[in-house]
Amino acid sequence: MLRRLITVHKEVKTGMIKAQDVQKWFGPNLAVDRVSFEVSQGEVLGFLGPNGAGKSTTMRMLTGFLPLSGGKITIGGHDIEEEPIAAKSIFGYLPENAPAYADMNVQQFLAFTAAIRGLSGQAKDDAVEKAITTCHLERVRRQSIDTLSKGYRHRTCFAQAILHDPPILMLDEPTDGLDPNQKHEMRELIKDMGKNKAIIVSTHILEEVEAICTRVIIIDQGHLVFNGTPAEMRAKSTTAGTVVVRIQGVAFKDFEQAVASLPNAGKPSLTSEHKGAITVSIPVRDNKKKDGLAAAVKALLDSRNWAFDELHTDSGRLDDVFRAITSLDSAKEADQ
Amino acid sequence: MRNIWIIAKRELASYFSSPVAYVFIVIFLLLMGFFTFMMGGFFRYNEASLLSFFIWHPWLYMLLVPAVGMRLWAEERRMDTLELLFTMPITLSQAILGKFLAGWLFLGFALLLTLPMPITVFYLGEPDLGPMLTGYFGSFLIAGAYLAISGMTSACTRNQVISFITSVVICLFLVLAGYPPVTSLLLKWGAANWLVEFAAGLSIIFHFESMQRGVLDLRDLIYFGTLTIFALFTTAIILRNRR
Repeated sequence: MLRRLITVHKEVKTGMIKAQDVQKWFGPNLAVDRVSFEVSQGEVLGFLGPNGAGKSTTMRMLTGFLPLSGGKITIGGHDIEEEPIAAKSIFGYLPENAPAYADMNVQQFLAFTAAIRGLSGQAKDDAVEKAITTCHLERVRRQSIDTLSKGYRHRTCFAQAILHDPPILMLDEPTDGLDPNQKHEMRELIKDMGKNKAIIVSTHILEEVEAICTRVIIIDQGHLVFNGTPAEMRAKSTTAGTVVVRIQGVAFKDFEQAVASLPNAGKPSLTSEHKGAITVSIPVRDNKKKDGLAAAVKALLDSRNWAFDELHTDSGRLDDVFRAITSLDSAKEADQ
Repeated sequence: MRNIWIIAKRELASYFSSPVAYVFIVIFLLLMGFFTFMMGGFFRYNEASLLSFFIWHPWLYMLLVPAVGMRLWAEERRMDTLELLFTMPITLSQAILGKFLAGWLFLGFALLLTLPMPITVFYLGEPDLGPMLTGYFGSFLIAGAYLAISGMTSACTRNQVISFITSVVICLFLVLAGYPPVTSLLLKWGAANWLVEFAAGLSIIFHFESMQRGVLDLRDLIYFGTLTIFALFTTAIILRNRR
């Protein structure tokens, strides 16, 4: 009994996906330049970057589709180039654009991928059934794939990736082409699976990062430019720490003068004025000491007896940070 | 082995789920009949043999086999399913052999549908069984060699038309290599005798001839085996380098 309890309490596996100094040359062009990162069990890693930054190329190297020009990738401890079969059998992969054999129907396609994954007999049927239920494909199970809508085709390809319940998932733009409801559902699914799998999600949708990712890496022109949590990424924003306050019956001029006395407050700006209420944002002067600003503003308002109905600290915006740390011209380099 | 068969099954299913298979079989049988009876003068020979039937096989296959083989890899490339296939836990050679096997079995099936031909001959006279068996066997080997070649050209491109034309040209060369127009051209260019003989030795017709007569020569078997394996091996190299 005791022994069983111990085995149930499993250790979290670290470094399920490991990339070390990964490089990719296409002819004379360096598409991916010495990128290193790790993904552990229980993590959902958001892989961000502008179009053409090398996201898909990196994903294709991680999954063993493209050979590496330099560096090393291990999947669950197996080198993707030296032990490709062992490495490939423990991950599920949703490629960009969700390809699937157009001449098969959904169930045939899933049965084929289950067979290739080494499942047979009852285990195969069960796996296919479970994937169909999880991805809500019951209605189209006998429909030929080339007649499916984009959303269904995407989910069929996703079903293929999770069918064998792999400990590692690699998803290239998993919510591309889905409607808002389907997007929400897909994100919940990924979040849920992320609790005991190692997942890497490539995307350029920033709300997705906020919704599902526990960590973020950003790649730009083949270089890794950020590796941290979404909160850390947000904190890099220039608006992070800005205090927003809405007060009644006070003129902006008076307020501006009062704020000038606070040591860490920058020049406030009026964002809106409505029926005698003004909304003002006060940026921090020194980014390292931003925590005290909201308290200082509140103390100031209390001492003057100014009534406020809103007071909060802006935690920063991901898209500001994204724009700031990635350059515009990487879009010119075609996604190879 | 299991994986090869899984891939072959999928490929075969895709032949029969589209009109390709049926169109191919109908046209194959129609042309076989037309060439044998109208062009080959089956009845004029006035002998119970399939010579006027087999003689057309290398020519007909030249056009029809590339039509089967052209989609093998080009279609996977075009539909992006190549990425799916090669990120599954299978080896490159399993994928290549699986697809080749599917195409070959399909061509074998189409060939089996010509069985009314030998049955007719048996009905009309008392033919020699040996040349018929070796003739069918040789015909099947030619189909395999052509298929491997068109699979190879298919791996080069995502465009099926390019794949088709290229493999027809290669097969045409293999058919013509032993004929006087080619050999005399080579002689005219001042090629050494051994080179002319080498080119003639590459000819499909030359190696198929003895089989039609009922002779199973080891050299012919080696020729077809080498040709097929070489083309499959080249396919692997192309796919490895051009993903």
